[in-house]
Amino acid sequence: MRARVFVTLKPSVFDPQGRTIADALHSLGYGTVEDVRQGKYFELDLKTTEAAQAKALAAEVADKLLANPVIESYRIEVD
Amino acid sequence: MKFAVIVFPGSNCDHDAYHAITAVLGHSAELIWHKDTDLKGAHAVILPGGFAHGDYLRTGAMARFSPIMRSVAAFADAGGPVLGICNGFQVLLEAGLLPGAMLRNRDLKFHCEHVHVRVEQTDTPSTLACHRGQVLRLPIAHGEGNYFADADVIARLETNRQIVFRYTDAAGNVDDAANPNGSTAAIAGICNEARNVVGLMPHPERACELILGSCDGLLILQSIVQACRQGHLAGGSKGHALQPA
Repeated sequence: MRARVFVTLKPSVFDPQGRTIADALHSLGYGTVEDVRQGKYFELDLKTTEAAQAKALAAEVADKLLANPVIESYRIEVD
Repeated sequence: MKFAVIVFPGSNCDHDAYHAITAVLGHSAELIWHKDTDLKGAHAVILPGGFAHGDYLRTGAMARFSPIMRSVAAFADAGGPVLGICNGFQVLLEAGLLPGAMLRNRDLKFHCEHVHVRVEQTDTPSTLACHRGQVLRLPIAHGEGNYFADADVIARLETNRQIVFRYTDAAGNVDDAANPNGSTAAIAGICNEARNVVGLMPHPERACELILGSCDGLLILQSIVQACRQGHLAGGSKGHALQPA
């Protein structure tokens, strides 16, 4: 199975890169873009066929390495 | 006395630290490769600046898996003085030896300049020779020095007096304009609860000779020497066994 892990800064943490990208989009005329949050994206190829197991494994590695829980949160999709 | 300077792939201030300790201070130092597991009898450990493991994923994130870090953690747990400088500070945060995390500088720029920091605490092995409120002029060189921790952690750092250095103006006043990276509470350096592990973003090892523009960094390295001589280490009975300096 493949697990996709999306890591972003927590909503309470200021994201200067996202802010700068939002400002750039505004200067391009995209005034309807209210805010941008920049993050990281990981694809994990897993030796399992069970979605629940894949999700649990992805969460474990996200907790241990892919995300820093002090500043980041993550979301997982499996298929 | 003897310092261990840990060398990760991508460390680039290891020789600056080695030079300051040996040529300027006249003590011994050994460069220890990150794959080693032996601190070779050192009395103090320095994690130097640079880009350990290329700063892949996050600054300092990969270094905590280096074999030497288990020995550094055990040394810290036994009360031995550990100083993390710049990337070394980031490594200590990722390794969980200090609380918090680093964000990109708020203006997204890499700052390479001299700044002023105020010494907030002098009962750590890295600030023993300073006096409280003393303003040091030290160089910084980082893109991710924007210290962050949630409000509870910041409150705990304040209560436990773990904020060791703050960015200030030359007169020692905390002022947002003097905060180069947007760090919460103007934090430039902190210590652990036991006070023996200290991390800071400025580079004391690059401010040990007048030709480099400042000698203020000497105070920090001399503090470690003094702490080891006095056996004045946090951790009480757990204190690291010291050899005469």
